[in-house]
Amino acid sequence: MKKNRLFKRVFSLLLCLALLLCAACPALAEEDGYEFDTTGVDYQKFRGQNVSINVYNWGLYIAEGEDESMNVCKEFEKLTGIKVNYTNFATNEEMYAKLKSGASKYDVIFPSDYMVGKLIEEGMLAELNFKNIPNYERYVDDNFKNLEYDPEGKYSVAYTWGTVGILYNTAMVEKEVNSWDILWDMDYAGQILMFNNSRDAFGIALKKLGYSMNTTDKDQLKEAADLLKEQKPLVQAYVMDEIFDKLGAGEAAIAPYYAGDYALIKADNPDIAFAFPEEGTNRFVDAACVPKDCNNQEAAELFINFLNDPAVAYENFETIGYSSPNTGALELMDEEEKADPVLYPGDKVLESAETFLNLDDETNEYMQQLWIEVLSDDQNVNRWIIPVFVAGAVAVSLFINVRRSIKNRRKRYEK
Amino acid sequence: MKSKLPSLPYLIWMAVFIVVPVGLVLYFAFTTQDGTFTIENISQVGQYTGVLLRSIWLAAVATVICLLIAYPLAFFLSRTRASVQRTFIMLVMLPMWMNFLLRTYAWMTLLENGGLINKFLGFLGLGPVQMINTSGAVVLGMVYNYLPFMILPLHSIMVKIENTTLEAAQDLGANWLQSFRRVVFPLSLPGVMTGVTMVFVPAISTFIISRMLGGGGNSLIGDIIELQFIGASYNPHMGSAISLVLMVIVLLCMSLFNQFDSSGKEGIYS
Repeated sequence: MKKNRLFKRVFSLLLCLALLLCAACPALAEEDGYEFDTTGVDYQKFRGQNVSINVYNWGLYIAEGEDESMNVCKEFEKLTGIKVNYTNFATNEEMYAKLKSGASKYDVIFPSDYMVGKLIEEGMLAELNFKNIPNYERYVDDNFKNLEYDPEGKYSVAYTWGTVGILYNTAMVEKEVNSWDILWDMDYAGQILMFNNSRDAFGIALKKLGYSMNTTDKDQLKEAADLLKEQKPLVQAYVMDEIFDKLGAGEAAIAPYYAGDYALIKADNPDIAFAFPEEGTNRFVDAACVPKDCNNQEAAELFINFLNDPAVAYENFETIGYSSPNTGALELMDEEEKADPVLYPGDKVLESAETFLNLDDETNEYMQQLWIEVLSDDQNVNRWIIPVFVAGAVAVSLFINVRRSIKNRRKRYEK
Repeated sequence: MKSKLPSLPYLIWMAVFIVVPVGLVLYFAFTTQDGTFTIENISQVGQYTGVLLRSIWLAAVATVICLLIAYPLAFFLSRTRASVQRTFIMLVMLPMWMNFLLRTYAWMTLLENGGLINKFLGFLGLGPVQMINTSGAVVLGMVYNYLPFMILPLHSIMVKIENTTLEAAQDLGANWLQSFRRVVFPLSLPGVMTGVTMVFVPAISTFIISRMLGGGGNSLIGDIIELQFIGASYNPHMGSAISLVLMVIVLLCMSLFNQFDSSGKEGIYS
């Protein structure tokens, strides 16, 4: 018994020591601190006041200290004393639904272009006070200010940008890839992956037809839906992130996807190549915004300013792999990265590219309707089957019950 | 009154997390965006009849397969020694220790054309078989994921059937078919009911299995409901209406099934 207790004590002592060591190690490693540009901004303002902010970002969309990268949230906490609660979303719509439900308050969110437009239109974003974000003036590329979704540049600070292109496996695709047509090519039936997301899928179909990605013309949308239905027999699967596995493993040959993810897939399978379609493509911008209903707008603005510090923006670029609108980060990149034709395509691609705008509710609903039609492969089933089934079920259960009660009564009577 | 006190925590839980949400679904299903009453949403559900039927069909097939696999297993398992039973039940539960999404993801890589199963078939000289992105793969996913929910209730009810009962049936001259039909099956019916409910209900409303294993091109009703919330347009009213119709259908299926059960029981005992 005694021995056991001694053992327990030694064991817990060892455990404590191990924990201490674990806690101490990263601290030692972080000795060589980063230098941040603090001119014109008071990062110390909230120190010691127990302030925290809720940051709501895409998955894998910030440097988190892996592979010797900077842990951006930690560094911000160290610099300012403001605690960062970091959570993820997977789609703009998911984020919107969460925000709309009002269940939790967020201080910094990262919607894409059209979603920024929608949030502005619905009055859900706070006007930013750029006095707290001096890095915006200093480092954000002018090409990414006052864009169509936020024409006066009051509500958003561009965080990353990118394009959609065609990824294909050169070992499986011999034809030259320079057009969306390859996604409709019979020769590659069953080897094509497609976006499982109505906006991106319709964008491609509309571009192939030569229309705008932001069309609200119902006939054009219908035409695009027909084109997508025509493509369906050739499509192996409608996917989003699964593309990494399927394309990387050679399960599929062709897929449209975001340029920023190309490097990741290429690292997995060197045969994968990237091409821009000549019909034009989509250019997207993900921007940092502050919801109107937030906890602490000023702290949120400090965080946005911190994200635009060249050192931070560069670390984020290295981790995320998406193009950065930050000129300071661009200067820190090496020549090869700056000249990357996928991440920083020339004006020719960008001029023919279109950015998504917020569509009106009616168009969104119509597009969703068409998209469900594309996906659900409806044979014309009679709409009355379900009501008839419901009525039938009620009738049968009534019949059974009535029969049973008659039987019971008779039995009682017989007794 | 005092004796009911211990059930209070669950009653509160039920009120807050089951009754209130169902009330919200009802409210949303019968209102428009600006809160006025409408039955437009419900009547709109008709356009998804095809998807709804497909979901019911696939869920029913998966339930029947689960029952066919689980029933004999549960019966023979209940006749073995307690230690064997414990080991087996552990094995049945083992996959449930891992996350549902991960397990489905694993099936994706198994079933792919260049996946493990097809590689093995290729090794035997059999051509690659198209397995992923088919309805069969969706049913497989459902069976795999929900099979434990069928085995467990069946097993726990069959353990209670005493061997002496079976011996009595045999003594009275029943052959194995008769003793199964008139003794074992009626006694195990409550387990069957529970198992069928626990497989059919989650199977009919699944959305992730059809997307991962079915290729996303053959939506089930769960996918359509999900799209109403996180698709291109945020439409909780339509989503609630479809959910409500689905709930009513499931409820009807279950109550119908239950009634056959109780009427059947009477037939045996009367």
